[in-house]
Amino acid sequence: MTTTTTGTRPAQAVGTAHTRVEGPDKVTGAARYAGEIPFTELAHGWLVLSTITRGRIRSVEDAAVLEMPGVLTVLHHGNAPRVDTGYTGMMGMSPDPTIAVFQHDRVPHAGWPVALVVAETSEQAREAAEALVVHYEEEPHNVTFSGEHPDAYPAPGVGGPGVTEKGDLAAELAASAVVLDAEYTTPEEHHNPMEPHAATAHWDGGRLEVVDSNQGTLWVANELANLFSLDPASVRVRSEHVGGGFGSKGVRAHQVAAVMAATVLARPVRVVMTRRQMFSLAGYRSPTTQRVRLGADAEGRLRALEHDCLSLTSTVHEFVEAGAGPARVMYDAPAHRTANRLVRLDVPSPTFMRAPGEAPGSFALESAVDELAEKCGIDPIELRLRNEPAAGPVSGLPFSTRNLPACFREGARRFGWADRDPRPGVRRDGRWLLGTGTAAASFFVGAMPSTAAATAEADGTFTVRINASDIGTGARTALTLIAADALQVPTDRVRVRIGDSDFGPAMIAGGSMGTRSWAWAVTAAADALRERVALSDGIPPEGITVRSDTTDAVGALAQKERHSFGAQFAEVAVDVATGEVRVRRMLGIFAAGRIINPLTARGQLTGGMIWGISMALHEEAIRDEGTGALYGADLAGYHVATNADVPLIEADWVDDPDPDDPVGIKGIGEVGIVGVAAAIANAVWHATGVRHRSLPIRPDRVLTAGPHA
Amino acid sequence: MAPAPSSTYSAVTLNINGEKHTLTVDHRTTLLDALRERLDMTGTKKGCDQGQCGACTVLLDNRRAVACLQLAVAAEGREITTIEGVADGDQLHAVQQAFLDLDGYQCGYCTPGQICSAVAVIEEHAAGWPSAVTDDVRPEAGPPPLTAEEIRERMSGNLCRCGAYVSIVQAVARAAEADARARAVDGDRTADGSQAAKREGAAA
Repeated sequence: MTTTTTGTRPAQAVGTAHTRVEGPDKVTGAARYAGEIPFTELAHGWLVLSTITRGRIRSVEDAAVLEMPGVLTVLHHGNAPRVDTGYTGMMGMSPDPTIAVFQHDRVPHAGWPVALVVAETSEQAREAAEALVVHYEEEPHNVTFSGEHPDAYPAPGVGGPGVTEKGDLAAELAASAVVLDAEYTTPEEHHNPMEPHAATAHWDGGRLEVVDSNQGTLWVANELANLFSLDPASVRVRSEHVGGGFGSKGVRAHQVAAVMAATVLARPVRVVMTRRQMFSLAGYRSPTTQRVRLGADAEGRLRALEHDCLSLTSTVHEFVEAGAGPARVMYDAPAHRTANRLVRLDVPSPTFMRAPGEAPGSFALESAVDELAEKCGIDPIELRLRNEPAAGPVSGLPFSTRNLPACFREGARRFGWADRDPRPGVRRDGRWLLGTGTAAASFFVGAMPSTAAATAEADGTFTVRINASDIGTGARTALTLIAADALQVPTDRVRVRIGDSDFGPAMIAGGSMGTRSWAWAVTAAADALRERVALSDGIPPEGITVRSDTTDAVGALAQKERHSFGAQFAEVAVDVATGEVRVRRMLGIFAAGRIINPLTARGQLTGGMIWGISMALHEEAIRDEGTGALYGADLAGYHVATNADVPLIEADWVDDPDPDDPVGIKGIGEVGIVGVAAAIANAVWHATGVRHRSLPIRPDRVLTAGPHA
Repeated sequence: MAPAPSSTYSAVTLNINGEKHTLTVDHRTTLLDALRERLDMTGTKKGCDQGQCGACTVLLDNRRAVACLQLAVAAEGREITTIEGVADGDQLHAVQQAFLDLDGYQCGYCTPGQICSAVAVIEEHAAGWPSAVTDDVRPEAGPPPLTAEEIRERMSGNLCRCGAYVSIVQAVARAAEADARARAVDGDRTADGSQAAKREGAAA
């Protein structure tokens, strides 16, 4: 028997910098990711993807491949186990049929999985997969995305309705002293987490066990149970360390294929996507074509705002890149219209990618606001402050907190904005033209019901079990600090275990809602445990465990506009002779709820800002209209920001606790990228006098535009 | 599975972190797959398997190399250092400690490659190797100041999609400073210049 009385209450952990609890494992190589857990009798699966973009599979010539050394089986639509996709999954969403591999002979896009070759070693599997001959009946395809699609339709999504409108747009535009009407485009972008998607499936005494890299183990477990018509309790998914996700690590072809093969072969099977396969199978951000129309009076106050965003999806699954979303939060006007429209093409299904909707939408909207400020002759920060809405422009609901003005004021002070000459094209440093730009950021925050278990151990330590996922966010560490404070013990007495579907329902790592949702459940369990322990006369050998479920508490939250906000500042240097754009410095000031761990939070925010640099200047997947496939689908053809592309970036925050959250958290995973591309594009205009309305701002675009100052 | 040597398999002895490992490998097996799938040394990561991301960076005879573009059979006779061999027992290497303290990572998947790279960057710099951003590249100019710009350039073979670059640069700088201090002390001790000779040897 051990008592857990702590004497003096320890110093508060939340709000102080803590290195990651799994840090020593990560810097020594001891941390094992999904494809690194050893299994005896492990077999290796290698996916074979279609080489056509649309048509039918005529035959899979597997006989010759089955004779190759080490090959165990070839799964394809002619022999694979059947799965069921007629269910409703997480958040009421239907599953993307792309995950139901090998069920029919149709090929709906380039890089569609047509077979899985399983062999004793990865070398044998790969060679056999590359040798597998598949005959197709090819049909014409259409992958061409542009602003002109007569068959585009308004589509609701997770971000809200397809169309919102109020007021008389034409009348208000006609009555406006200043009008802006501009089109913006963003390209297809890919998540590219450093760890490729990897799953190992095996049957263990009638139970399906999957070691996987994902953003929510119970999400994956439930989808697999649905697909294979299994009792959900008979499926366990674990995901201890995850090498990045950014929205791409949900249920994908590799897990389903691994389960099929493990079932057929009755031995563990691992399927890892290659980097190239990730470009067809892991989801991506749709390209967008956006039109923004703004009308303002002479003082820059908006009379009319319209934001229309066209994105694409596949022919088999509807996913909306809701670029018009930010306009529903950021700015109000007597006439206000937003629309998210979709066109269906013969392409892979897009999905959530860091700041879905807001990342491309904020590029268009925040560029347009900067252009409006220029036309009005008003400082772009002042114009934004004049248009701060009192309530949600579309919902009419109050904001939980909206400290955007504080972000701009603090950012402007630290960035030196007051000294800025608003004229474009007048600053030079040798061959470089210099400019600065700013933009606003916002991202929806919320909480989802979650459960947690907290155990007081007999040795005086505490164990918290919650099905959280740490995809690099620092969630494991943040929850340790939160649990320690709630238990009123030092952090070294708290052990947080995550990433196991057996721990019960909890929010996924997504939508900037993970840490807030988990922290709520952890706090509730810890509070209850502390009371229970106080009433007990000692801890029995098996410990004392208390469980929490936040379903009722989260459900009782008042309806409000809940968002993290931020102000982004960038300084760029542009060489109009080579077209090179360099970001020289960046500052982001955020109002994003209570910050749990300043050390990891700063990294997450600057990481998001680096995604913004990457989006503004580098990232672009180019789909070949002829073949329907991507050019250069790898990390040499698809550029993400490298170390040399990134200057000193600073991120900081203003005090902004969410009054309705037990810990005061909002969410910081996504807001960091929002607005960055606009801030950089606005800075490029300030440097050169040229507006760049298409991303990325490539050297050839800068060269073609020339110096217009 | 360890098939007998044949026309497609060979027995090799790999010298990894000072320890010899003898195994029979498929000739197609990369050093990366030999480490990860045959020797259960999974600290070296596979990010792209085609030499574009740097996640599999190891040291071959103290020089950086991507293990995915190295066949295991060709690595025989080389001195291979992986992330598992960077620390001195339980004592973290200065680079590892700086990555930990300054949060030079997020998901951690690129981290072993970043750390192996950083260890070599500090060696290369101390040995006087210039980079693409070094102003004075004359051999007699000596090592340039290890500025943030130099570190960024030298570390750009290692992608970090989480975007931890800001703290990676700070971590490498901190470890390099500690290394430079240690070298200065060593230099005082070894007035015969053996340290400088060792550096030249490392650069050769």
